[in-house]
Amino acid sequence: MKMITAVIQPFKLDEVREALGEVGVQGLTVMEVRGFGRQRGHKEIYRGAEYAVAFVPKIRLEAAVPDALVERVVEAILKHGRTGKVGDGKIFVYELTQVLRIRTGEQNEAAL
Amino acid sequence: MVNQLTRFAAVGLLLLAAQLTPAQTPSTEAPASAASASAPEAPAAAEATAASAATPPAASTSEPSLILNSQINSGDTAWMLASMALVLMMTVPGLALFYGGMVRKKNILATLMQSFAITCLITILWYVAGYSLAFTPGTPWIGGLSRLFMDGVIYVKDVAAVAATKDAPAVAAVVGKVSVSHLGVTIPETVYSMFQLTFAIITPALICGAFAERMKFSAMLWFMGVWSLIVYAPIAHWMWEPTGWGAAAGVLDFAGGTVVHINAGIAALACALVLGKRVGYPREPMPPHNLVLTVIGASLLWVGWFGFNAGSAVAADGRAGMAMAVTQIATAAAALAWMFTEWLVKGKPSVLGIASGAVAGLVAITPASGFVMPTPSVFIGVAAGVVCFFAATSLKRALGYDDSLDAFGVHCVGGIVGALLTGVFASTALDGGVTGSLLTQLKAVAATVVYGFVVSYIILKAIDLTIGLRVSEEEEREGLDVSLHGEHVE
Repeated sequence: MKMITAVIQPFKLDEVREALGEVGVQGLTVMEVRGFGRQRGHKEIYRGAEYAVAFVPKIRLEAAVPDALVERVVEAILKHGRTGKVGDGKIFVYELTQVLRIRTGEQNEAAL
Repeated sequence: MVNQLTRFAAVGLLLLAAQLTPAQTPSTEAPASAASASAPEAPAAAEATAASAATPPAASTSEPSLILNSQINSGDTAWMLASMALVLMMTVPGLALFYGGMVRKKNILATLMQSFAITCLITILWYVAGYSLAFTPGTPWIGGLSRLFMDGVIYVKDVAAVAATKDAPAVAAVVGKVSVSHLGVTIPETVYSMFQLTFAIITPALICGAFAERMKFSAMLWFMGVWSLIVYAPIAHWMWEPTGWGAAAGVLDFAGGTVVHINAGIAALACALVLGKRVGYPREPMPPHNLVLTVIGASLLWVGWFGFNAGSAVAADGRAGMAMAVTQIATAAAALAWMFTEWLVKGKPSVLGIASGAVAGLVAITPASGFVMPTPSVFIGVAAGVVCFFAATSLKRALGYDDSLDAFGVHCVGGIVGALLTGVFASTALDGGVTGSLLTQLKAVAATVVYGFVVSYIILKAIDLTIGLRVSEEEEREGLDVSLHGEHVE
């Protein structure tokens, strides 16, 4: 099993979520985060005091998927999260050692 | 005071015994109707009331006095009742939100608490001593104690008959009468004193902008309480009490350019210097956490300010109307002036900028509002907008003090701009208008700045030596909401 984490543009969330649903992903966790890669932040001014704001708002999503689904999930995020401009984000794939469903106690593939 | 209580008790018992309804209908022609209304009454009572009604009291113009209820002007009173509420709204929640939105989220509750607590504290102190010290004749430097605990501020309903008891003469002397201030002879003294209270409330609340995010709540309460009695009350007395040295010298301060804004602003500077900079200032970013609140606050200030300026006419008349008009025009001019200046100098017109510009305009037009015509008010607004922009940005950065929310930069500087321009633009064309003197205005500004700064400094030092002014660095890092009040906003 793999944990797939993706940092994407906030306005791409709906499109990516629908695509993942079509590919067979059953569950998702979504967080509002701030970050930067190659994308520059911006400047803010309050009564003459200038602040360089380095961070840009992003969405981070996480999905635990069975190995068989990983390639299609990654492709879906790549296709629907891309705008072609700097700031599109990244995908991280982690090895997942154990997954349990809290309600029933089911483990691993059965819990996905 | 004991005699007064006896009087009240006597009247109270009379009212209960007679199961009264008011004997007189309100009228602006006091003497004739008073005499005729009381004519059919029981002989002894008629004698007592007729004797006092036959010669209607003329309100004194030098000290508070008693007049007939029927001599009160209901239009003026209605407007002043509304003005009191408008100016109170300027502090809660106007100023509270204006400042609250500008601080970091971890300090917002503490900032709101300052305005709210000051409102409550100053109310009590004003009732106890502030009103008397400010608005009774006394000396040219400070008022007397005749209105301590608002003693003598009374309203006594009319009664159909004053029972022939040994107290009858004393009771008859106040029946159907209300006290008025010499500064507002057509409205009840209760209304005048409470209207002035709202000014006494907002002045210390303005100072909070200078020491935002780092002052102990207990120290703040002590400072504001003492300050309101030994700085605010005297300066109000100087400039507004007719025998005060400022008023007698011809200082023009219609609604509080010196008394409120320069006063609060220079005390703010003293606070910023004595308390020192916030931890991390100016390296660490400390942007406003919610300018929506600040805009709401600025808007409430603008709307409430009509009570502040037009209400200072203490009448519902043309002077109030002109004060309202020049207030609106100057404020709009100042807001645009700040906005365009910032657009030019910094590249973008900011929301915080236009709101600050509006407040600067409101401050500057305050001393001038009852003395100038519309066209000069545009000039006053523009001057305030531009000068205060540079005071709050370049000047502050150049001199390095942490006047966190620009209480000095906007209120002291804006107040000085307004006070001086009042001397330039005061017009004889206005009813009650006078010619201004730049030199007299300068004297008033200087006196306020020097006295205000020195005494504020002393009070601060005294508090610092006893209980301490600032929170610890850990408390400041954690945030005042949690450290001082045990609360937080999600």
